[in-house]
Amino acid sequence: MKKNLLFVVSLIIVLTMVLTACANTPVETEAPVVEEPEAPVATEAPAAEEPAAEEPVVAANPGLQMEQAQVAMQFWSDEEFAKQMELMSAAPLNPDDPIYLQYLEESPTDITQYPQYADFAAKAPPYNICFSNAGVNNPWRVVGYIDMREQVEQYRTEGLVKNFIHLDAQGNDAKQIADIQDIINTPGKCDLLIVSPNTSEALTPIVEKACEVMPVIQFDRYTQTDCPVVSERSIGGYAFGISGANFIVENLPEGGNVLAFRILPGVDVLEHRWGAARKIFEQNPQINVIGVEFVGYDSFKANTVVSDYLAKYGTIDAVWMDAGGTAVTILEAFKDNEAAYPKVMVGEDQQDYLQYIKDNNILGIAPVFATYQWRTAVIAAVKFLQGETVQHHWYLPQPEITPENLDQYINPAMPPLHYAMCGCEDMTNYPDAWTTPDINKYKDVID
Amino acid sequence: MTTTTASSAKEINQILGKIWNGVRRIPPVFPIFLLIFIILGFLNPKGYQTMNGIMTFFRPAAPLAVLAIGEMLVLAMGGFDLSIGAIVTMVVLASSKLLANDPEKALPAILIMIGIGILIGLINGLVVSFLKVPSFITTLGMMLLVRGATLYYIGGAPQGYLTDNWRQFGRNYIQDVPFFVKIPYALIVLLVLGLIFYILFHRTNYGKQVLAIGDNMRAAQLSGVRVKLIRVVTHILCSVLAVLGGILVGGYGGVNVTIGEGMEMQAIAACVIGGVLLGGGKGNVINVAFGAFTLQAIVNLLNQLGLPKPYTDVIQGSIIIFVVAYSALSSQRKR
Amino acid sequence: MTTITTTDNKLKRLARSVRIPPVYIFLVVVFLVGGILDQILSDGQIFTNPLILLNIIVRSVALGIVAVGQTLVIIGASIDLSVAYTISITAIMSSYIMQGKTENVLTAIVGVLAIGIAIGLVNGLIVTKLKVNPFIATLGTSLIIKGIINASFSNYTGSVPKSFEFFGYGMVGPIPVSIIILLLIVFIGWFLLSRTQFGAHLYGVGGNVEVARLSGVRTDRVLIGAHIFCSMTAVISGLFLVSQMRAGAPWVGPNGIFDLNSIATTVIGGTALSGGKGGVWGTLAGVLIFGILDTTFNQLGVNPYLKSVFQGVIIVLAVASYTIRSKKDAA
Repeated sequence: MKKNLLFVVSLIIVLTMVLTACANTPVETEAPVVEEPEAPVATEAPAAEEPAAEEPVVAANPGLQMEQAQVAMQFWSDEEFAKQMELMSAAPLNPDDPIYLQYLEESPTDITQYPQYADFAAKAPPYNICFSNAGVNNPWRVVGYIDMREQVEQYRTEGLVKNFIHLDAQGNDAKQIADIQDIINTPGKCDLLIVSPNTSEALTPIVEKACEVMPVIQFDRYTQTDCPVVSERSIGGYAFGISGANFIVENLPEGGNVLAFRILPGVDVLEHRWGAARKIFEQNPQINVIGVEFVGYDSFKANTVVSDYLAKYGTIDAVWMDAGGTAVTILEAFKDNEAAYPKVMVGEDQQDYLQYIKDNNILGIAPVFATYQWRTAVIAAVKFLQGETVQHHWYLPQPEITPENLDQYINPAMPPLHYAMCGCEDMTNYPDAWTTPDINKYKDVID
Repeated sequence: MTTTTASSAKEINQILGKIWNGVRRIPPVFPIFLLIFIILGFLNPKGYQTMNGIMTFFRPAAPLAVLAIGEMLVLAMGGFDLSIGAIVTMVVLASSKLLANDPEKALPAILIMIGIGILIGLINGLVVSFLKVPSFITTLGMMLLVRGATLYYIGGAPQGYLTDNWRQFGRNYIQDVPFFVKIPYALIVLLVLGLIFYILFHRTNYGKQVLAIGDNMRAAQLSGVRVKLIRVVTHILCSVLAVLGGILVGGYGGVNVTIGEGMEMQAIAACVIGGVLLGGGKGNVINVAFGAFTLQAIVNLLNQLGLPKPYTDVIQGSIIIFVVAYSALSSQRKR
Repeated sequence: MTTITTTDNKLKRLARSVRIPPVYIFLVVVFLVGGILDQILSDGQIFTNPLILLNIIVRSVALGIVAVGQTLVIIGASIDLSVAYTISITAIMSSYIMQGKTENVLTAIVGVLAIGIAIGLVNGLIVTKLKVNPFIATLGTSLIIKGIINASFSNYTGSVPKSFEFFGYGMVGPIPVSIIILLLIVFIGWFLLSRTQFGAHLYGVGGNVEVARLSGVRTDRVLIGAHIFCSMTAVISGLFLVSQMRAGAPWVGPNGIFDLNSIATTVIGGTALSGGKGGVWGTLAGVLIFGILDTTFNQLGVNPYLKSVFQGVIIVLAVASYTIRSKKDAA
């Protein structure tokens, strides 16, 4: 009797837990972000007002999906969105330089503008550089990392770089914080710190601390501080998101079901991609976003998601992705479910995807987040230490691969997970270092 | 006249009692699974009331069932195997590098993987038996080791692809089968393995010895069970099933770094729903396979209801607690 | 007669608490090997730079705090797999409540401690009253918490005020605040285990529940208490992490693998998974071993995936060194 009672009580406890879970509304709407007073974000964030009338046919609640998929306020800036939109059609200001050194906007800086780094400015090459890396845990990062290490090897032969200390955070914010703390604690070990932050906010305080003692360069994902001497990447997340979303809107004139895939939350470049796409989809009510799913690089999950949505909605007209890691799996899932391929596909510049859409005649686009930005980080570091002018906010070009220029980027000689926009073709060890990638062979410290 | 009705009533009562007894003995996993599947059928007749739909359902569910059967062997012995998720990761990632996009290497790659699986199981079993390290810790260490070594070997991220012939087991169907319409290879693999392990576990001395060890190791030892040998063999079987499950998982999902993550917990959850007691002494191959199907069906059900994915975790978590609490409390009442 | 045995017990307990656990030999060996390799192959910071040494401890703080709680639970022959998501829910809720304002800090801390107590209580009740195997019970609650977090938050939420960063980055003289807090928690754990009745009972419950019950210990209460303590350490660990990170995010707990790592460091420290044996000082050594591995691999510039291989080997070897001589077979 007593046991039964306990059982019932525990049942009630767990049920309440479940109910509270279900009752929870996304809190992002209520969360005012203090650091960004300029936030005219209200235009974007409240998606709750999305009228249900926009989705006349589908019974289940796509409104909920969009609502769930709001962009956290600290990751949205109308200004930056408009700027990147503009930059997408801008020509580089230094067209004669190789693409990985071009910039779309002028914001020159050099070491003389940082009197606190006078000690570093006085140094002669070879330099020692530290690199705190979020991780080498996906194919994009492998290609980028090899770009970077090969550039270091070239500089080593030129006598410009000596040690290149690589600290791998293995995708863990806490470890990356401790890693950077170690670099701060060993003054003199490195002349400059390159950071590719694991996530944006978590790394902000420690990067600020690092800036106090040494020049810092950040690339790829940015922390939310302007203290690094160079912040460098190809145009950015908004442009990536716009590129894919516009392609879908243009090629689905009568509208249709769009399924959106995302890698992970909380990373600025990825949030920007989705934020931009979301804005464009909202401006085009004929586009019906039936789901926004986080699948990471997990192709098993991605495959299941496609099956689920096909079972539920029958057809999926277009797939939008914030990164193309699982693009081919997703297309295969359509085939395996005996469904027609999506009419419009968004992927990334991975060789396997480019090859797949060509072989199967799929109307697809590959927005690019260029892996050559890894190489640029090392070049910017050396140039900065040498006193040369570099760009403080360095917008590298970010080409997109469209059906028109697809053939130009397909290279059957490269492995399927290679990224076409590596900017590595002019390096000494091309293509061997990329066809048989081995990230373990590079030495950090040399004698 | 009255006596006959009375006796026939008695008989009916007896028969009803027998039926009731039989019904009571049906493991809860079957009604749970059936209930969920019927609800699914109502929500989406095309998806879950046609053969086509059912076969589609089994394709992703079968790999987990294979993993769960292996995990069940170790759990029934009173142990744990936390390394199977890492083994799945290893199978997928290491194969992608071994294959080097060459379909001819599929068979050697699979054989190498099975060989490494045997080695992993052997080490697990030997460490547990001879160094007397609890299997929870042994396999936790093995999980870190296998995962780390795999990622080191491939260099952090996959660099090749799984060839289509390697993937067919987890991915393809046998088409145009009468009545069944199509049958996923994965289901056939599961049926074959299920049959083998059903016989091994329920019809041979080996199964009895495993259960005896799980029930009371000391007593089993005294009654002549070769505890150390059985444990080594069981760990090897579990690892080999993890390799085979990994081939199905990789076939379905393709290459990625996180593919095996958390699968050990999923497999344990499937076992628990299938009525396995942690601590050993109980286990049934068929129930465990249905435990795995139930987990998959829950995912599909929530999706059909249009609930976001996180609720899956909440529901799965609640269900495994309830199933165990139910069986623990009801067995206590019997005593 | 009885008085003699109790004083005897007290003496034994004192001896047990003072004696240095054998894992410290391991710790010294790992440290020396790491340091010497660093000296030969790299720039020898581990031996020569006290800041790097301190940072080994700072790296270990988050894991160390929660491992103390895990130790208590494991001594009671239970286990807690829900700590990782308890850390996440702490990080995100505290940051959400604080909203970057110093005046909200106290409310936030009280709030998340209450959440921690609730989680520990639920874990303890499910284990003791519903007789659910602790592994399954806490795996279940862990899934439930995970679901609740992911359904409500998908991203950074709120922020912590600058003043709260003192916990993560502040210094008292040359010593980081975080180290002081870690040592404080370890001390509390030690005090609870060897200086209180609760501790003595916990060892009893872990050693043999039936015997403990028959000798009048309210076994359920003791185990529930251990679970509550464990969840509270997870909360403190989460507070530490969020103070370093300026804002809470749902992935901090699982990214740090705090569930399995805390169990691993606990057993390396000599606490038996079957319960009834062990202590927090050993756990501290286990945590520091992991910290030294991190730093050594950074110093040597070796791919960190090899570190995970080493961790696996060390876990098994350390535990084998305790179990190999035992006559009892392991499960």
